[in-house]
Amino acid sequence: MTKYTTVIGLEVHAELKTKSKAFCTCSAEFTNVPNTHVCPGCLGLPGTLPVLNKQVVEFAIRAGLAVNCEIQKYNKFDRKSYFYPDLCTNYQISQLDKPICLAGHIDINVDGEEKRIGVTRIHMEQDAGKLVHSGATISTSDYSGVDYNRAGVALIEIVSEPDMRSAEEARAYLENLKAILEYTDVCDCKMQEGSLRCDANVSIMPEGATEFGTRIEIKNLNSFRALVRAIDYEVQRQKEVLEDGGRLIQETRTWDDANGVTLSMRNKETAEDYRYFPDADLVPVIIDDAWIERVRAELPELPAQRQARLMEQFGLPKYDASIIVSTKAMAEYFDEAVKTAKDAKGVSNWLLGDVSAYLNNEGISISEFKVSPANLAELVNLTKEGVLSSKLAKKVFTEMLKEDKSPKALVKELGLEQVSDEGAIMQFVEEAIAENPQSVADFKAGKDRAIGFLVGQIMKKSKGKANPGMVQKMLKEKLQ
Amino acid sequence: MKVTADIALRIADLTKVIIPEAEMDAYLEHYNKVFDYADELQKLDTENVEPTTYILPIYNAFREDVAVEGVTQEVALKDAPAVYNGGFKVPRVME
Repeated sequence: MTKYTTVIGLEVHAELKTKSKAFCTCSAEFTNVPNTHVCPGCLGLPGTLPVLNKQVVEFAIRAGLAVNCEIQKYNKFDRKSYFYPDLCTNYQISQLDKPICLAGHIDINVDGEEKRIGVTRIHMEQDAGKLVHSGATISTSDYSGVDYNRAGVALIEIVSEPDMRSAEEARAYLENLKAILEYTDVCDCKMQEGSLRCDANVSIMPEGATEFGTRIEIKNLNSFRALVRAIDYEVQRQKEVLEDGGRLIQETRTWDDANGVTLSMRNKETAEDYRYFPDADLVPVIIDDAWIERVRAELPELPAQRQARLMEQFGLPKYDASIIVSTKAMAEYFDEAVKTAKDAKGVSNWLLGDVSAYLNNEGISISEFKVSPANLAELVNLTKEGVLSSKLAKKVFTEMLKEDKSPKALVKELGLEQVSDEGAIMQFVEEAIAENPQSVADFKAGKDRAIGFLVGQIMKKSKGKANPGMVQKMLKEKLQ
Repeated sequence: MKVTADIALRIADLTKVIIPEAEMDAYLEHYNKVFDYADELQKLDTENVEPTTYILPIYNAFREDVAVEGVTQEVALKDAPAVYNGGFKVPRVME
């Protein structure tokens, strides 16, 4: 069987966090009540004119600088014409040949390997409305209801170079891009709610070939899992078509998450022909150096910089740091916790371990996490100071999940203080020795493993509260 | 370039316009006049001319990011031919 190389490029649409829409003054907030954030402008009624929201340009410049793009001084808007009821003007205002940002890049790391993924361009455009279908799917619906609340909301589209070679690289790129958009506060990046959407262009070519294969665009990827699964499925499908002697046709397919397949989308329109032309209702946008430099100076710390800082300032391993910075909320939680924690790695261990497991289990994000950073820090300190064994710390953590209480108070409430009193421990040690002569004999006969059994007995007697380090030390001394 | 009946029908299809067969010749004449004029323009030497996308000396007409109440759902849907669940009802969009 021929070996193939996979080629992937991503097109990411990010809804900007503006208060009002891009070209009219309607609220850009999400609402469930259809057609309540609309006006004659976004309803495409005659006699209305678009006026650009300045914040859209500001956000686009900020996002562009954050992904190392060159900001283009001269900008214009174009009309992309198509007949589909999601926009009532029959065109979308977008940027064709003069996008606001060009030639950027995002660095990714997959399995320890660094790679630079090119960002071809970022352009500003407006979002379309939402169709609610009468049937179960778009193709089985006799009619649909159109809600124009989202029509005209400001978007940026970030187009990558076809630089990715696996689903994992695509995932890493999207994760990094998402983190950057969160850090720069231009998008709230809720993939499930559609404020961050991703289309993937996927093709395969025989290994060593220089000419890319036929490109298939996959739409409807609204989670990282969907992105990875859809790419893996599509690559396999394309291989099978080629191996069977078939030919691939350039087309758009949609990801069917429930069935784990991509499906061909055949629109009523014949081949795409958007008949782009400049939108004469909108004047050009000219961005001067002062504007660009002001935005650059105001850029917040970005994920890559933050990762380097966590490694340098707190001595965190690269892996820990990369996970903590991957969402802004997690990074902020960490920074807050280490203000009072005496062990930064301890905080990281909790965040990557039990905290992440809990969040995944509950399906919530860290911003909804009940335990305050200060209380997590206190828990770390109690362990560090030897007041709590790691086992008891987990017990306290479970209690903290029920109610965000101070772990110190919980230790008292639950009577969990670690016993570090020599006299008390010695009593447990002596009892254990007296009750288990066989284990003592085994140990003296050179069976080191026997000591583990004795330690276990002592811990049991202390209800898990004896300081394990002291138990080990005192038991060994006693047996010698 | 010469506009043929095939091209005219393709444009008509894209723009959702119906060209009756009897009027095709008139349409073609019209289209070709436009294209002939474009051909004339192509002959001009534009070697050192900056591309123009907007002819008026205006740029950066912005508004501040302030949201203003629009119209109610009732007003929005008042002239809609049909309504479905608070939305504009449209016929089947996919084949």
